[in-house]
Amino acid sequence: MHPLVAADAVGLQRLLKAREVSATEITQAHLDRIADTDPHVSAFIRTLDQAALDHARDIDRRLSAGQEVGALAGLPLALKDILCTKGVETTCASRVLQHYRPPYDATVVRKLRQADAIVVGKANMDEFAMGSSCENSAFFPTRNPWDLERVPGGSSGGSVAAVAANDAPLGIGTDTGGSVRQPAALCGVIGVKPTYGLVSRFGLIAFASSLDQVGPIARTVGDAAELLEAIAGHDPRDATSIPTEAPDLHSALEAGVEGLRVGVVREFMGEGMADGVRQVVTAAIDRFAALGAEVVDVSLPHAGYGVSAYYLIAPSECSSNLSRYDGVRYGLRVDGETTEQMMASTREAGFGREVKRRIMIGTYALSAGYYDAYYAQAQRVRTLIIRDYEAAYAGCDVLVSPTSPTTAFKLGERAADPLAMYLSDVYTIPSNLAGAPALSLPVGLDHDGLPVGLQLMAPVLGEPVLFRAARALERELAIDSTPRGPGSLAQVAA
Amino acid sequence: MSVAPDASTQAQRAARDSGVEQAARFEAVIGLEVHVELNTATKMFCGCAIDFGGEPNVRTCPVCLGQPGSLPMINVKAVEYAIRLGLALGCDIAPSSQFHRKNYFYPDMPKNYQISQYDVPICLGGQLEVATADGSRRVGITRVHMEEDTGKTIHMAVHSERGAISGRIHGAEYSLVDYNRAGIPLLEVVSEPDIRSAEQARAYLTELRAIVLALEISDAKLEEGSMRCDANVSLRPVGHSVFGTRVEVKNMNSLRSLGRAIDHEIARQTELLSSGQPIVQETRHWNEDTATTSTLRAKEEVFDYRYFSDPDLVPVEPDSDWVARLRAELVELPAARRSRYAAEHGLAPGTAALLQSSGLAGRFDEAVAAGAPPAEAAKWLTNEVAAWCNERSVDPVTAALPGAHLAELTRLVADGTLSTKLAREVLEAVLAGEGSPGEVVAARGLAQISDTGALGAVVDTAIAGNAAAAQRVRDGNTKAIGALVGAVMRATKGQANPGLVNELLQARLKQAGER
Repeated sequence: MHPLVAADAVGLQRLLKAREVSATEITQAHLDRIADTDPHVSAFIRTLDQAALDHARDIDRRLSAGQEVGALAGLPLALKDILCTKGVETTCASRVLQHYRPPYDATVVRKLRQADAIVVGKANMDEFAMGSSCENSAFFPTRNPWDLERVPGGSSGGSVAAVAANDAPLGIGTDTGGSVRQPAALCGVIGVKPTYGLVSRFGLIAFASSLDQVGPIARTVGDAAELLEAIAGHDPRDATSIPTEAPDLHSALEAGVEGLRVGVVREFMGEGMADGVRQVVTAAIDRFAALGAEVVDVSLPHAGYGVSAYYLIAPSECSSNLSRYDGVRYGLRVDGETTEQMMASTREAGFGREVKRRIMIGTYALSAGYYDAYYAQAQRVRTLIIRDYEAAYAGCDVLVSPTSPTTAFKLGERAADPLAMYLSDVYTIPSNLAGAPALSLPVGLDHDGLPVGLQLMAPVLGEPVLFRAARALERELAIDSTPRGPGSLAQVAA
Repeated sequence: MSVAPDASTQAQRAARDSGVEQAARFEAVIGLEVHVELNTATKMFCGCAIDFGGEPNVRTCPVCLGQPGSLPMINVKAVEYAIRLGLALGCDIAPSSQFHRKNYFYPDMPKNYQISQYDVPICLGGQLEVATADGSRRVGITRVHMEEDTGKTIHMAVHSERGAISGRIHGAEYSLVDYNRAGIPLLEVVSEPDIRSAEQARAYLTELRAIVLALEISDAKLEEGSMRCDANVSLRPVGHSVFGTRVEVKNMNSLRSLGRAIDHEIARQTELLSSGQPIVQETRHWNEDTATTSTLRAKEEVFDYRYFSDPDLVPVEPDSDWVARLRAELVELPAARRSRYAAEHGLAPGTAALLQSSGLAGRFDEAVAAGAPPAEAAKWLTNEVAAWCNERSVDPVTAALPGAHLAELTRLVADGTLSTKLAREVLEAVLAGEGSPGEVVAARGLAQISDTGALGAVVDTAIAGNAAAAQRVRDGNTKAIGALVGAVMRATKGQANPGLVNELLQARLKQAGER
């Protein structure tokens, strides 16, 4: 592997600032890496080679002229194809938006450009972020760099697989019920779901508006912190954006966990978890105690209802959010005899099975006569879960649990069983319902050599302590994040 | 569960039992839903300008086009307008209200849901005092809520015999959509079912419109759709308190059609009930050409809008100090103004109402403040100025007629400088922007000739040139003097003081006769 693609973002920045490498060299090395790996991994719907190189040359020009460059200058980044990029196809991995070119940039994309991050490609995903395996892409599935017969997780499977495959040191995903953290766990990288409202949703194509949040993906905690600082902060174009500055994650990053109270969520350590996951997670939690943290048992009594509540709230919002794809203004249009038939035919041809399933569930849950029993009840459960967290944080600084009940599963294994697929997110969903931040950290491999993720959770706007705890464990465990072993990318790409 | 029979069942029974002469036995119960398009500078949830005319789809952006990923931001000015109307109608202003999504598919609605307010609107529970022929009537206001307007769809039927545009979605060959209107803020004002006749409905809408105009939050033009009114009409036997089956009537785009549509609907329902037939709950479409209503949507076709709170927006929580300030700054409302006009200026209620409905009350106040006699100012405004604006489709509020100019005009008439006819000409020139009345008179040389010496010569010439007419006057045919007056006016290009001309002619012809 080329040393520039093996390096982390902070290391690359050091080299660039010392003028030991150019942004163009960094970018070219990663584009070459993508050319080698993507035929096996299929992380990208579209690579942006020319635009990436143009941007890199511009950065080099500015560096030579002694001009300012952004905080993420020259760092390649895989962007989930759910964030609008002006004039560049943004598909949500859906046929209904296959050739859609947005007339504007998402706020996150604008901030990334201002920070001079190099967007090397638009990454694959489950269609409209609905799925936990990346198999629901309308175009092709993405594969897990640790075992190419296995899924990378989802929905941000493309961005995560790209970072795991060293196609880019940084990735951007979105997390509605675990869509950044679960694939991060399955691919052995770090994935963060920030506090709801910390990162602007303007230009993020909505799945479930009250749950969607943009999150960073990286191979080190420090890199993830850099990326989150660059994209966070108040946006006057998003009414749900929190009026706050981007958090300072660096000053306390190395402060360790001595004296912190780490709560182990009882309800997330019970049945349904694979033995390999339990062993690795338990060992990681023990290391927290060894580092001087006080590890305590806590309960989130209503968290068990999280999946049920989520699968009413998210489909309800999606049924409304996805109404706009009707063939009238943009995207796919399938002609019909009447306007209604045109709309129906467009939606029939444009949406995949899982998207249609969720639109139907949501339409039903919001219907007159069912609203109280389903949608309103789910919102009450959501309130109970928020209170559970508040009670838990009265005695703890961070909470921990496994990120996913299993390691990466085989392609096709759960495709015919939506319920089994939905349960992939049983530990991640409650944080979305509570609007609180959470992070998945790779903490080891199971007996099959597949990565296991530990989920760390913190109260709303508790990102500084979240990153601090993750960094302490990362330093202690010194995990090698390079995919390896039989069936892995290492067997087919140099 | 036992359910009490509703009033229409009772009404049918009453009709069967007693046979004829039913019309007088029913009472109409009417509630109105009025949409007011606000004249804020920008749209409800984005920064696009609000304007009319021009190319289709030019005042649009990712937000009001519902582009993927776009998000709405609340226009604070529209919230302010909603609060001001709520205060004017005596409503409670909710300390926290919410936006909901009203979901249904329609091509002129960019997101296929409308952002509206549902169970927690911004204004609740007010009332409107309405003057009718039978005296004053208080109509309750259920609520005022905020929402966004839709775009406009034009259905094109190329092979239609009536031309390219058919206007109806069924049978259209293709449709064109213009989103310039999409996202313009609307207020929906819902009345209690307190209205009992078409006349009261018209009076309610007139008064509501006067309030909206006084607040200057909309141009409130029924004909152009910036104010729209739907009516819910039901009948019940006189003396009953239970409501009958309700029918919603849409598409009335003038005060006159509102009245006609309600009268028609009352007659239609009376006929049905009188012959023992049930009223079907439905939405009916008023057709102005045929003066009838027809079914638009039956009850079974009523949409399930799947309302839920819009997760893209946060609750609207107006600061109580702000609401208090808006209350303190509320302009004088039409009813108070009418009373003041009667008390201070002796204007008849009809004249005062006319000044308001034509949007000229502000001009009246200015003119009176500048010294114009109130009756004169009101007469000029409600006749000449209103007609001039109407003919040219000029908004009276923007017409170039400062109060001082109108006051000057009334002075020039009073002191004999201008005849009424000349004053009209001067007024038109002032409205056309040619300057103050004095400037127009000077520039055009329009001053009335009241000089006896100068006029005497013209009068003599006229008598000489119209000897036959002069003789008829001398013979006692007083009407014949008109021809002589006409000759003098022609000779002076209309500037002769007509009273003085008459006087001079009579004096001369009398002298001649006596000689």
